[in-house]
Amino acid sequence: MAEYQNIFTRVQVTAPHYPGVPHEPRGVWVRGVKASANYWLGKIGDAQIGPFYLGSTGFASILCFIIAFEIVGLNMLASVNWNPLQFVRQLFWLALEPPAPQYGLRLPPLHDGGWWLMAGFFLTMSVLLWWVRTYNLARKLKMGTHTAWAFASAIWLFLVLGFIRPVLMGSWSEAVPFGIFAHLDWTAAFSLRYGNLLYNPFHALSIVFLYGSVLLFAMHAGTIMAVSRFGGEREVEQSLDRGTASERAALFWRWTMGFNATMESIHRWAWWFAVLCTLTGGIGILLTGTVVDNWYLWAVKHGVAPSYPATFEVLPDPATLTGAAK
Amino acid sequence: MNTTHKLMLAAIASLGLLSACGERPPVQTVQTGYRGTGMEQNYNPRLMKVVAERNQIGGIQPPADSSGPLAKDIYQNVQVLNDLSVGEFTRVMLSMTEWVTPAEQKNCTYCHNAENYSDGSKYQYQVARSMLRMTREINSQWTSHVKQTGVTCHTCHRGGPVPQYKWFTDPGSGRENAFVGTRAGQNSAITGLGMTTIGHSSLPYDPYTPFLLGDANIRVEGTKALPPGNRSSVKQAEWTYSLMVHMSESLGVNCTYCHNTRAWSSWEQSRPQRSTAWYGIRMVRNLNNGYLLPLTQVFPQHRKGPTGDVAKINCATCHQGVYKPYFGQSMAKDYPELQGAKKPPAAPADAAPAATPTAKKVIASADTSVRGRL
Repeated sequence: MAEYQNIFTRVQVTAPHYPGVPHEPRGVWVRGVKASANYWLGKIGDAQIGPFYLGSTGFASILCFIIAFEIVGLNMLASVNWNPLQFVRQLFWLALEPPAPQYGLRLPPLHDGGWWLMAGFFLTMSVLLWWVRTYNLARKLKMGTHTAWAFASAIWLFLVLGFIRPVLMGSWSEAVPFGIFAHLDWTAAFSLRYGNLLYNPFHALSIVFLYGSVLLFAMHAGTIMAVSRFGGEREVEQSLDRGTASERAALFWRWTMGFNATMESIHRWAWWFAVLCTLTGGIGILLTGTVVDNWYLWAVKHGVAPSYPATFEVLPDPATLTGAAK
Repeated sequence: MNTTHKLMLAAIASLGLLSACGERPPVQTVQTGYRGTGMEQNYNPRLMKVVAERNQIGGIQPPADSSGPLAKDIYQNVQVLNDLSVGEFTRVMLSMTEWVTPAEQKNCTYCHNAENYSDGSKYQYQVARSMLRMTREINSQWTSHVKQTGVTCHTCHRGGPVPQYKWFTDPGSGRENAFVGTRAGQNSAITGLGMTTIGHSSLPYDPYTPFLLGDANIRVEGTKALPPGNRSSVKQAEWTYSLMVHMSESLGVNCTYCHNTRAWSSWEQSRPQRSTAWYGIRMVRNLNNGYLLPLTQVFPQHRKGPTGDVAKINCATCHQGVYKPYFGQSMAKDYPELQGAKKPPAAPADAAPAATPTAKKVIASADTSVRGRL
């Protein structure tokens, strides 16, 4: 017999489209009323698509994103002499590079970082406008604004990397290039320049929250799916009126590790882990170069980095030897 | 075992293959530092076998009698090997024929005028004379890098007229001042010379010009925990990173062959090999400026790079994928003629002396892009 599952279901549930709760319309943009159904989306979730609520901030955000995306993409395409084949072949290598160090915070020529500055501006505007949108939409639905503030934490890291830290350092060149490999190379070079980011305690915290988020997500998702046969996937109802699903899930974790989160608190755990990941990460980047120049030496200074016995002959820096700098 | 199990096993097996990132196991690990510091070298015996086959020492002529009349007294126009006996001189000439001349012309006339052997009009003759001076300088003045192992012509040439591993200054993508799409010397899978980039990365692809021709600052890490004092930029670190990946590739070693990666700049935690490499960088820089650049006018156009510059050396020219050329086997010990010890060699040229206008311009522009805020 066909059985409905939350995911990869063999059953397509079809019903009249659900328009959503009523809300107070405000501004020129109102939400749409049209919705459709998609068979394949129905395989992995709700088949209903829409109605959308673009809004003026949504529209402006998408416009800004398209401008930024075009500036980066066309610069990449131009860098391979407008050759579409090379563009595809080298896509992972291509990038839009921030200005050279000698420009500091001045406006560089377009070809020497000006496009990067412009793309960065429009991408930042796009992200900020999208944040306003998430905030407004939540308000209109009389929800809390948790999503917006979690998003704000990610935006904090984004702004530190591309705007706040470069401004404090007095040079746009400190910012991240737009490019797949280029931004990874930048990350490695950043750690090399500032004496090993692994000794940056905020970097460490950020990793804890990143991996912690993954772990919590797996634990929570596993738990809920495991008790869905008892109605455990109705988490909101279970929060208010604890049923046998909640009881069993709680008991499982107490047996496993002596402690359990509740149907409600697990979501606070997850939210804080996610938020703290980028919050602490942003602090770590912000301090790098502005407050600490060499994280390894900082760790030595504060007794964090241990010393190991030498297992080979230690030679002095040749540059310090007289007559060596030939 | 049912189908599901078989599928799962297949999936796990393919994941294992994928995780090797295209290099089929086994990978052998050799510990080189204190336990727990991650200082180790990775070798794949299957790939090492190929490298070993490619790095065999060349033919060694039987020793020559050092007594008897000097070559300069018998032959005309002997300027470099003027301290050798006729027997030694002939031995070097025979060896050079084997080591350097092209396969289709294994004879003296690749360099010499058959009518008059003392005629120096062929460019090959002039280049060879300069290279002999260079070899002698390396073996006598650069023992800080080549130690007692030394080099011969074969170390770079390996039986052909043009060493396989050399470099030209990158001409760029031709879009340096274009309205859009400048690359800033990086962010490309293919260099301006049409080659793959160093380590297949998107790092700056010509670290040679600023570091191995010019003397741009390589050190970007600060020596104090707190600012100020270190004005190096992240971009500069990318150039240094690129040079270091070139060294790693040229020597077929991991970063930890020289460095303890937790503190790259710390000499107290670096292996002695880092010191040898430090001298190597200076050696290459000096030889490029002292011997290769001055040959710019000597070489014909078809031997030059797109910017009209002469072929220059880097770490790969000698090392060819091995931590020590020929895995440390010395050819030079059998060639006292190439040691240059019998007479003080010509004074080494200072950094960036006789650079041609083109080369000077290239160094200057590379310096600006690397040094930036310095």
